[in-house]
Amino acid sequence: MTDLRTVDGPFFGDFGGRFMPESLIAAIDELTEAYETAKVDPAFQADLAELHRTYTGRPSLLTEVPRFAEHAGGARILLKREDLNHTGSHKINNVLGQALLTKRIGKTRVIAETGAGQHGVATATAAALFGLECTIYMGEVDTQRQALNVARMRLLGAEIVSVTAGSRTLKDAINEAYREWVASVETTNYIFGTAAGPHPFPTMVRDFQKIIGEEAREQVLELTGALPTAVLACVGGGSNAIGIFHAFLDDADVRLIGYEAAGDGVETERHAAAIQRGRPGVLHGARSYLLQDADGQTLESHSISAGLDYPGVGPEHSWLADIGRAEYLPATDVEAMEALRLLSRTEGIIPAIESAHALAGALRLGRELGPEATLLVNLSGRGDKDVQTAGRWFDLFDEGATQE
Amino acid sequence: MTESHVGRVIDTRKAEGRGALISYLPIGFPDLDTSVDAAVALAENGVDILELGLPYSDPVMDGPAIQAATQQALSNGFRLSDAFTAVERIRARVDVPVVIMTYWNPVLQYGPTRFADDLKSAGGAGLITPDITPDSADDWIAESERTGLDRIFLAAPSSSEARLKQIVAASRGFVYTVSTMGVTGARADVDAAARDLVSRLRDAGAERACVGIGISTAEQVSEVLEYADGAIVGSALVSSLADGGVAGLARTAAALSGRR
Repeated sequence: MTDLRTVDGPFFGDFGGRFMPESLIAAIDELTEAYETAKVDPAFQADLAELHRTYTGRPSLLTEVPRFAEHAGGARILLKREDLNHTGSHKINNVLGQALLTKRIGKTRVIAETGAGQHGVATATAAALFGLECTIYMGEVDTQRQALNVARMRLLGAEIVSVTAGSRTLKDAINEAYREWVASVETTNYIFGTAAGPHPFPTMVRDFQKIIGEEAREQVLELTGALPTAVLACVGGGSNAIGIFHAFLDDADVRLIGYEAAGDGVETERHAAAIQRGRPGVLHGARSYLLQDADGQTLESHSISAGLDYPGVGPEHSWLADIGRAEYLPATDVEAMEALRLLSRTEGIIPAIESAHALAGALRLGRELGPEATLLVNLSGRGDKDVQTAGRWFDLFDEGATQE
Repeated sequence: MTESHVGRVIDTRKAEGRGALISYLPIGFPDLDTSVDAAVALAENGVDILELGLPYSDPVMDGPAIQAATQQALSNGFRLSDAFTAVERIRARVDVPVVIMTYWNPVLQYGPTRFADDLKSAGGAGLITPDITPDSADDWIAESERTGLDRIFLAAPSSSEARLKQIVAASRGFVYTVSTMGVTGARADVDAAARDLVSRLRDAGAERACVGIGISTAEQVSEVLEYADGAIVGSALVSSLADGGVAGLARTAAALSGRR
């Protein structure tokens, strides 16, 4: 197992591909070609690196969290602090890359889907920075539960389309963005937010996110003198997870564990655990694990975390699961919220609810492995956007209080 | 290889000096029985080829009218096997070719082989597949070869000449000519891009090019049939069925086909 890092799509084993309407193929071909050129162009890579250094704030920190780790069997826990990036999550890593590409192909407008709003905020930010028009598609359920991010995107100058079709969450936001893209493809680039969708998106998004793992691998080695026992991340579509996993794919002794949102529990009907409870199918342009009924109708997913509330998953994760290189385990709403509160109180870091699923996994895994283990956790986003949800969950608001 | 029923009907209509009128309605809307009666009414009022839409949870090429109708069909309990029942019942009553328009995942989950066999035995003529292209459809092309079912791929105004050639070579029955860069739905004018695309398809060797998306009136049908081999009407019929029932739909079809 020495060359998993070289697999570049369109297929990852049996997963991936490009199952798309003909109307969008020309644009996808154009994007594929532009990306292939940019990937090996030192000028493009230098532009991106400079943006990361002066705008995103890279490299992001590695923070050891001993007080939190006391609750995890004494295992050593290291957080990769993507929450400290400009805009508050790992999403900016990918968006800056795709925004630079947008300029290269000469398009003047970008569209994007968003669940929690983190990718939408990052896209709106890049659009403001590069002077691009920007429209963000967001399910109506999500515009309500992530209202703060809606306001942030509007403040940045983006137009928000609240999608009322289907389950009114991320899946339907992607459907609506595809429909809009068909009509506006001549002037508009689609900045896809996760490592899913048709080729080249899973490969391109992974490439823009793999900086997370590349930095973290060096940082962990420098701090501890060894590779970590396991690398943990939450998985919705899977961009932060593939971003931190990728540098370790060929380190066979390092366990890679993705935590899927288990909602009320994977044994219930209310979860988003595509790999654990789904079977292969085609949705949004790729073959991958998918929550679906016997007829191939997509099932609605459920998670307290809007960013993980998606019935599919990126094809590279499906492949890593199938070949046994990565493990995919559940973390419920309750476990994630407990982990969120624990990190807040022990370390003074309020994580995004998405990232809290990986922290919940770390608590369990640490107790299992004990003090000998070193766990690297991707803290993919910060929890400012989730304070409203946490306030209701933990009953933190004073009765009758309103925000002035 | 058996002769394409769809192709024969289009050729006959062309020989008569006019192309084919092709209708789209979802199966199971507003319910299964009514959707069968609706299809029969279309055939009895001058529609030459019936395109039946298979309701799907994520219809990315459909606009609001068809989304709402297919969503209602799913909410009413539509099951995939109902599609074969519907085709069989329609074919027992009218002798027009019936093709199914379906997104790919339902076929994949049912199994392309089993799907092709069941469609064939129900009397279906083929599939229109809006969210896959020939380069991603090896398994379906193989099943179509085996069963003789038509495989109707889409061509778009944005398609390159090389892709048009590939689409023409892979298609059987006709090529679905997407009139405009957009999703399904009635529009005030049929995009001028349609005429250009039909001409490019002919240069690429297409025997039959039928135009769909945005066609809703008898005038638009006549205009399209001046240069294309068939005109496909969808959202306007869905709205007509929703508003006026099967009787209203029959009147709309008669008007579109000039049998009023």
